[in-house]
Amino acid sequence: MTGSGALIASSAGDFVLSEAEIHEIRHEMEHYEDPRAATIEALKIVQHHRGWVADGAIEAIARVIGIGGAEVEGVATFYNMIFRRPVGRHVIKICDSISCFLTGYEELRAEISRQTGLDWGGTTADGRFTLLPVCCLGNCDKGPTLMIDDDTHGPVAPAEVTALLERYT
Amino acid sequence: MSSAARMQPETHPLLWRLDHGTPITEIAAYESLEGYSALRKALRDLEPAALTQLVKDANLRGRGGAGFPTGVKWSLVPMGPDVGTKYLICNADEMEPGTFKDRLLMEEIPHSLVESMILSAWAIEATRGYIFLRGEYVLAAERLRKALAQAKERGYLGNNILGTGWNFELFVHTGAGRYICGEETALINSLEGRRANPRSKPPFPQIAGAWGKPTIVNNVETFCNIPGIVLRGAEWFTGLSAGRSKDGGTKLYGASGRVRRPGTWELPMGTTGREILEEHAGGMQPGLNLRAWLPGGASTDFLLPEHLDLAMDFDTIAKARSRMGTGLITVVDDKQDIVAVTRNLIDFFSRESCGWCTPCRDGLPWTAKLLAALEHGEGAPGDIETLESLCGLLGPGKTHCALAPGAVEPLQSALRFFREDFERGIAAQPALARAAAGGTP
Repeated sequence: MTGSGALIASSAGDFVLSEAEIHEIRHEMEHYEDPRAATIEALKIVQHHRGWVADGAIEAIARVIGIGGAEVEGVATFYNMIFRRPVGRHVIKICDSISCFLTGYEELRAEISRQTGLDWGGTTADGRFTLLPVCCLGNCDKGPTLMIDDDTHGPVAPAEVTALLERYT
Repeated sequence: MSSAARMQPETHPLLWRLDHGTPITEIAAYESLEGYSALRKALRDLEPAALTQLVKDANLRGRGGAGFPTGVKWSLVPMGPDVGTKYLICNADEMEPGTFKDRLLMEEIPHSLVESMILSAWAIEATRGYIFLRGEYVLAAERLRKALAQAKERGYLGNNILGTGWNFELFVHTGAGRYICGEETALINSLEGRRANPRSKPPFPQIAGAWGKPTIVNNVETFCNIPGIVLRGAEWFTGLSAGRSKDGGTKLYGASGRVRRPGTWELPMGTTGREILEEHAGGMQPGLNLRAWLPGGASTDFLLPEHLDLAMDFDTIAKARSRMGTGLITVVDDKQDIVAVTRNLIDFFSRESCGWCTPCRDGLPWTAKLLAALEHGEGAPGDIETLESLCGLLGPGKTHCALAPGAVEPLQSALRFFREDFERGIAAQPALARAAAGGTP
């Protein structure tokens, strides 16, 4: 057991959270009765600064919050919006739930895959786009719908894909 | 919503402020439209117990899908000076496929939710509240945070609210994406910074919820009914649906799919599916006919065109062996492959299972695999019977929460109504068909 503990410590060794990240995480911890509740927000803070959550960040976050690294990892792998691998500069999330399925999601997805060369989870070689599915975006009256980063777009016809993607360089 | 002065507070208590089509995001604009007057009235005239009784008398039922009476839920919370910390949580994790109502309320009238939650917190003597908002609702988060700051500046939130000596803090908590967070005990685990696995009940959250303290979780739309009830009374509220339903109030109904005018509308509780589909959504798009509809989200049983004249309320739709759910209709037209539609619904639940209970974790991927085979004409004899048995194995009582039982609702009804569509997916020579498709014979 001591061996695995040392391994965790060393793998987090080269990873250092920035002052800004630590400050933001501590600020979130004040909003809850128990600091653990800031775990998800802490992961989002690190991802906001770095684009994704590297292995070292897990242990570093755990130390700030005061819980175990495995607990942070359990949370990080549970939630769809936390990326444990590097992603592109822009993340395209296409709604694949029922209302969009009924209004042309498959054609939209095929066109985006054709233009970017991406399947689910893939990132373009130039690091521009990552493609992911997403649960119903609550935009069902404007299906098919998708998000690129924080922007929601819908309805998006396949013919509009080229112009839409050009806005994200 | 664009037609001239149509909505009034007396008839459209949820959306009347949007009558001119502009979002009401500033506190001054909201105050000029009756905003925070219900809060002032309640804190002046209504003891917490009286407010809970008023909500009971109004027979407000939860708008998140389950229809549990809100006042009854509140009355289970321990009261009195010795209880200490209590939490009020808004379930704003809107993710039920086909549901797009809470987004509208939060983006366009954020103060309505804020005022409603402060009122509700008064009823249960809560000390702290959280709006558990799904992470993708970026605009709603921005507008709610601004609304909270403005409300605090005006003395509606914080310490000694409106001179009563009562303290209440309210925060926005954004989620990180998982459908299961909409289940109230999973939501509480997620709020506490854990994996969103549902908890075993009892204890119920009203007694031991967030951090073990008494906790009430209500849906956005449920909360937003409270100010109208405070200002106009229980009798007015039940009268809104007079002649249509014994459930009080209005409801945000909607329609999506290939209809002419998809959208959300505030209508009396008990409005029929036909009125929603034909009058408000403008009917089907040209060349299409209605084949089936989900009355209120992906976890509700399919209904047929013959069910359109039923009142959309909790009990009437339940009698037709479905559920009103969230009340936003998903319309399936006759050009859709019903097996593919069902497979899409099951794929969703399979992906979103939290994995805690074996029937759900293993049964849903199995179900999805069988449906994919049937969709592609590669089903084997006995597959339909296996699906029928899975509907029972994943049904109520087999798991901690309602995800798996909800998932099999559309499946069991699709098998009942459209069995021949599934039968067509059984290959004449299954082994050859699977080999031809590149699979293992």
